[in-house]
Amino acid sequence: MRLRRFIDIAVDSILKNKMRSMLTMLGIIIGVGAVMMMVAVGQGAKSQIRQSINGLGTNLIVVTPGASREGGVSRGAGTFNRLTVQDAEAIKRESLLLSGVSPVILAPTQAVGGKGNWRTMVRGVSTDYATIRDWNVSEGRLFDAEDLRGMRKVAVIGATVAKDLFPNQDPVGQNLRLRDVPFKIIGVLQSKGQTGMGNDQDDVILAPYTTVQTRLAGHQFIGQIVGSTPNPQDIPAAEQEVRGIMRERHKLAPYEADDFTVRDQTDIMQAAEGTTDVMTLLLAAIASISLLVGGIGIMNIMLVSVTERTREIGVRMAIGARGSDVLSQFLIESIVLSVIGGAFGVAVGFGGAEVIARLTGWSTAIAPAMVGLAMGFSATVGIFFGYYPARKAAQLNPIEALRYE
Amino acid sequence: MSEPDLVIDAKELTKVYGTGGSEVHALRGVDLDVRRGEMMAIMGASGSGKSTLMNILGCLDQPTDGVYVLNGARVDGLDRDQLADIRNREIGFVFQGFNLLARTTALDNVELPLLYDRSGRKLDSKALARDALERVGLGDRMDHQPSELSGGQQQRVAIARALVTNPTLILADEPTGNLDTHTSVEVLALFQELNAQGVTVLLVTHEPDIAAYAPRIMELRDGLVVRDHATVARQHAVLDPGGGEPVEPVESLKATS
Ligand SMILES: Nc1ncnc2c1ncn2[C@@H]1O[C@H](COP(=O)(O)OP(=O)(O)O)[C@@H](O)[C@H]1O
Ligand SMILES: [Mg+2]
Repeated sequence: MRLRRFIDIAVDSILKNKMRSMLTMLGIIIGVGAVMMMVAVGQGAKSQIRQSINGLGTNLIVVTPGASREGGVSRGAGTFNRLTVQDAEAIKRESLLLSGVSPVILAPTQAVGGKGNWRTMVRGVSTDYATIRDWNVSEGRLFDAEDLRGMRKVAVIGATVAKDLFPNQDPVGQNLRLRDVPFKIIGVLQSKGQTGMGNDQDDVILAPYTTVQTRLAGHQFIGQIVGSTPNPQDIPAAEQEVRGIMRERHKLAPYEADDFTVRDQTDIMQAAEGTTDVMTLLLAAIASISLLVGGIGIMNIMLVSVTERTREIGVRMAIGARGSDVLSQFLIESIVLSVIGGAFGVAVGFGGAEVIARLTGWSTAIAPAMVGLAMGFSATVGIFFGYYPARKAAQLNPIEALRYE
Repeated sequence: MSEPDLVIDAKELTKVYGTGGSEVHALRGVDLDVRRGEMMAIMGASGSGKSTLMNILGCLDQPTDGVYVLNGARVDGLDRDQLADIRNREIGFVFQGFNLLARTTALDNVELPLLYDRSGRKLDSKALARDALERVGLGDRMDHQPSELSGGQQQRVAIARALVTNPTLILADEPTGNLDTHTSVEVLALFQELNAQGVTVLLVTHEPDIAAYAPRIMELRDGLVVRDHATVARQHAVLDPGGGEPVEPVESLKATS
C-alpha cells in the first residue's frame, strides 16, 4: 500500500519532468541496449558455432598432428607433421570401437569443367567419410572401395561446385579437371549450408584419398584423421584406444608426450565456445561502460532533483514524512527511471541485434533470460546510483529545507 | 499533571543555537498553556524567537531545555521518526510562502499529509481532501494547480492541507506575510471561522494588525514572554477600516516583563 503510493509519487514526478526524465533514461537506454546487442552478437556466434560443430556429425573423433596445448587446442603449426595415411589405415585396422575411420587430405585446387573455373578445396577421404560426417549424395553415388583401391580419378562434388560449374545440367558423368588431371564426376553431395563462421560447407570436392595423395597432394602427410563411434558413450574409450594405437605406431616411450592430439566434439565445442564466451564478455564489458555512464547520469540528475526540491522535501517532512519515506520516494524514483530506461534499452537491444543481423549477415540471439537480467541490472543501477542522492534528501533538516530558496 | 483540555503545556522552554562563544539564546524560558479550541497570536519583533518557538511547538525542532506536553503527551526528547509521526497526527502547518507542491492539483496537495499517515486506520484520503477544500471554500478549485490560483486561494489550499488530518492544532507562521491587506483579512476570517468550529489555531506574526484578529495575544521579546493577554478580537465581518481596533487587554493571563 505504502509502496504503491511511493511508486505513484515517483511516476508522477517523472511525468512532471518529461524531458529531463527522458534524457536521464537515455543513458540507461543506450547502456542496456549496447550490452544487449553485444551479448546478442556473441550468443548468436556461439549458437552458430555449436550448430556447425554438431553438423560435423555426431560421435566424432579428430586426430591432428602435434602435441596438444591448453584447453585441448592443438598448435599444429610449427610442429613437424607426423600424421600419415598409414596411421589412418592402422587405426582403421586395429580399432575395435571406431565404426569408421578416414584420413583427410586437403588440397586447394582450381577445378576446371562445365562453365569454367572454380577455386575450391579437394578433400581426399576414404569411403567411411560420408558415414562419419553423416553426409550423403543427392545424385549419383559415392566412391567405393574399388575406386579407392584402384586410385580411380572419380569425384563427388558439393552443391555449390555443382551449381557454379554446371548450372541447369546434371553434373554426374561429366568431366572435371583438377590440376590438369581429368576426374569423372560420379555424384553430387546433399547441401549442408553455411557454418557459423560463414564458411560454405558445400564448396567442396570429395575424392579417394589414394588418388588425391598421388595426383594432387604429392606428399605423404595428412592434415587430420577423423573417426566415429556408433554410440556417444564409447567416445572416451575410443579416444584412449586411438591414443594407444598412435603412440605405438609413433614408437613413443612412456616418458614422451604425444606428438599428436585426439579430440572429440566436446573438446572442439569447448574450445570454440570458450573463445566466443571471451569475446562476448569483452564486448559486454565494453558496452557496460556506457551503462555505468548512464548510472552516473541518473545520480547526477537525482542530486540536482534533490537540491531543486529541497523545499518540497521540507514540506513533506513538516506534514509528517519520515526520513525513510523521503528516502523511499527518491530511491523508487531513480529505480523507476532506470527500469523504464532498461525496458526501452531491451527494445533497443532487440532492434539493434536485428539490424546488425541484417547488415552483417551474422546471426544474433537474445535469450529470454537476458531480458530479465537486463531489467534486474537496470534496477540495480537505479538503486546503486540513486541511494546516495536519496539518503542526502532523507537526512535534510526540515527547518532548513523549508527555508531553502 | 497537565489539565486534560490543555493542547499545549510548555514549561521553561529554552533554545540555544550554536556553541561556545557564538551561542544564541533564542528562547530563554518560555511558559505557554493553550487550551483546546483557543485562537491565539504570538507576536514580537523580528528575531524575538517566534519562529524558534513555532518550530518547537510544531515538533520540527527540539528545545534545548524545558518540558513540552502536546495533547497530553511529552514530546521533548523524541527521535526524528517519532516527531514526524506527531507532526502528521497532531499538527497542521501553514507557512508564509504557502509551500504547495508545484504542478500538483489542489486536491493532491491537500491529500498529501494523509499519504504519510501511519496510524493504520482506513482513510478515504480523496474524500477527506475534498471535504477540507470545501471547508476553506475552494470546492470549485480542486483540480487547479497552484500556478492557476491567486495567493489567497493558495493559502487557503495550504490551510485545507493543514486541516485535512483533523490535527490537534494549526500553526501558522506569518500566514499573511505574502498577501495584500484584503486577502489577509479573508485568510484571517477563515481562521476565525475554523476556530469557531473548534479548531485550535496559533498565529505567528510581527504585525499588531494581524495579531488583533486573535482573542489572545502573547508577545515575545528576546526569547522571553513579555505580555500574554486576552483581547476582544477584531471581527472579520467588520471589514470597514474603522471597526475592530484592538482594545485594551481585559485580562492579563500572565504578568511578564
Ligand atoms: N538555525 C539557527 N542558527 C543560529 N541562530 C538562529 C537560528 N535560527 C534562529 N536563530 C537566531 O535566533 C533568534 C530568534 O530567531 P527567530 O526565532 O527566527 O525569530 P523571529 O521568527 O521572531 O524573527 C535570532 O537571533 C536568530 O538569529
Ligand atoms: Mg520568523
